Amino acid sequence: MLNFMENIEKLPLGSWVSDFTDWISDSFAFLFDPIKNQFGDGLEDFADMLAAVPPVIVILIVAVLAFFLSGKRFGLAAFSIVGLLLVWNQGLWEELMLSFSLVLVASLLSVIIGVPIGILMSKSKTAESIITPVLDFMQTMPAFVYLIPAVAFFSIGMVPGIFASLIFATPPTVRFTNLGIRQVSEELVEAAEAFGSTGAQKLFKVELPMAKTTIMAGINQTVMLALSMVVIASMIGAPGLGREVLSALQRADVGTGFVAGLGIVILAIIIDRFTQSFSLKKGTSI
Amino acid sequence: MPVIKVEGLSKVFGKNTKQALKLLEAGKTKEEILKQTGSTVGVNRASFEVEAGEIFVIMGLSGSGKSTLVRLLNRLIDPTEGHVYVDNEDLAIMNKKDLLRVRRTKMSMVFQKFALFPFRSILENAEYGLEVQGIAKEERSKKARTSLEMVGLGNYIDQYPSQLSGGMQQRVGLARALANDPEVLLMDEAFSALDPLIRKEMQDELLDLQETMKKTIIFITHDLDEALRIGDKIALMKDGSIVQVGSPEEILMNPANDYVEKFVEDVDRSKVLTAYNIMKRPETVNIEKHGPRVALERMQKEGISSIYVTDSKRNLKGYVTADDASIALRSDVTSLLAIMKTDAPTVTKDTLMNAIFEISHNSPVPIPVVEDGKLLGIIVRGAVISALAGQGEVNLTHA
Repeated sequence: MLNFMENIEKLPLGSWVSDFTDWISDSFAFLFDPIKNQFGDGLEDFADMLAAVPPVIVILIVAVLAFFLSGKRFGLAAFSIVGLLLVWNQGLWEELMLSFSLVLVASLLSVIIGVPIGILMSKSKTAESIITPVLDFMQTMPAFVYLIPAVAFFSIGMVPGIFASLIFATPPTVRFTNLGIRQVSEELVEAAEAFGSTGAQKLFKVELPMAKTTIMAGINQTVMLALSMVVIASMIGAPGLGREVLSALQRADVGTGFVAGLGIVILAIIIDRFTQSFSLKKGTSI
Repeated sequence: MPVIKVEGLSKVFGKNTKQALKLLEAGKTKEEILKQTGSTVGVNRASFEVEAGEIFVIMGLSGSGKSTLVRLLNRLIDPTEGHVYVDNEDLAIMNKKDLLRVRRTKMSMVFQKFALFPFRSILENAEYGLEVQGIAKEERSKKARTSLEMVGLGNYIDQYPSQLSGGMQQRVGLARALANDPEVLLMDEAFSALDPLIRKEMQDELLDLQETMKKTIIFITHDLDEALRIGDKIALMKDGSIVQVGSPEEILMNPANDYVEKFVEDVDRSKVLTAYNIMKRPETVNIEKHGPRVALERMQKEGISSIYVTDSKRNLKGYVTADDASIALRSDVTSLLAIMKTDAPTVTKDTLMNAIFEISHNSPVPIPVVEDGKLLGIIVRGAVISALAGQGEVNLTHA
């Protein structure tokens, strides 16, 4: 009696998903192939270009930016110089630049896609109730799972890495944009309307500026998630520091693994402080 | 001609608005309708007119629907039923484009918590209404500066709202509302968030500004003293309905029902009522025609101990007492001039009760109310006291 499940056949859920993925990758090959080829080429060119800039110049630029973004203090600038010099010294400069370009492109795409979706959610209850569970799904599914369809659609390399990272890293931007706009005080929205603002004027002149700090916090999260995904994506051939970690893991080489991991930590800290300082700037508001 | 005309304006929040409206027509109360339909009545068939240049105060306790009503006027909230005519255009059925035009050019709003944009400078805040109209930077900055100067903030244009005090912030709110030179100003509890001293200062300043700008102002408040101070007309709201509309005196002296009466019970009448409200028609004698005999007769008939003396044009000359008149009679004095006294303190019809109270205390005779030398009426001491106590007869029809 209690074992009634024995009499029920196992649902072929897995094969449904496989079939669906196959169907997508076949039907949308016309879309995926040019992305894979042209976008992939562009991405490699960009990474190569970054890697071609002499490290000294990159470090100098980062240090100067750090100095001004942190409100003319030396802490972040000093950390950037020491950290980046260390990575260079360990011979991981090219990998660092590759990882950085992956994170940069993945985050930019996440923001470009995420902010408008967040705005849509904030404006429509229906949109919010549909999108919220999708975001929950995207964030709770183990990140590794995204690698499989990514390979099916884009084979291996940088492009599937970015694809997987998009799915994994976009939700915070969407959520925080939605939250930020919904948190704008009702009186301010009324003020905008009472003076005859159109919907677009209300959005761009009042709601987005008011929500800026919250949205930037979401973007910061997105960038951090993109960075963690870049490491995972090395499993499907994405180049960079992640690949070093992965090969050290396969060879049980603690030293190499630690050094590459340290490189990722340094990159993470610098990116995190940079994006945070954007969100805290112009703090006269509120 | 009224600038704003509101006809049968209702707002029902909830799903069964049609059913709720029917029940409203049937005379059900707010609670009954909430029970039966689950819908909340915000505003219940409000009708009123506001004349150009008038300060029209809508007063009520929280939950009375006054904030909803003001938002129906510029359609921040869509009405369920009824009409709002602004210059003969019905906002209630207006399309979006026209509504934007009306909001941009005819009506501005001042908010309780100021609702300034924190990321914009004071000047940029004041410019907002002009900016959304697409007016060129130079012109809108000029207009915004002018209106900031009007409220006394000409020197603060580059500051940010968080750097200003509450009173100053609300001045910015006022300047922002005045910058696009609207006909109608909607002020939603505009001074309620300010402390009492600043609030009074702002009330005075609004009245001063109103002297020159002559806007039509709809002012929402829960504070009766404030309503009486600045209102030309007051509408009292309860449970979404307007229970009485009238001048401050009318509201105070002839409360339409128990609710209004309760509301006005605690008002300090001495700061509101004037000589005009409590004066009586005076008994007089004419110095050109009458002598002590007539004066004494009239005093005896009316049971009073003194009588005022005027000329044929009702110019006040003085008063005679019954004692002096009877002495004059016995000694055959025939002119009132010889026994007339002129030491009575006078007041004008706008003198406030608290000032009259002082004077009446020290005066042996009723106080004459005088305008341009003419005697309008007299105030007996009893009238002062009974008016302060909230009883007694009071004049309301202005001459």
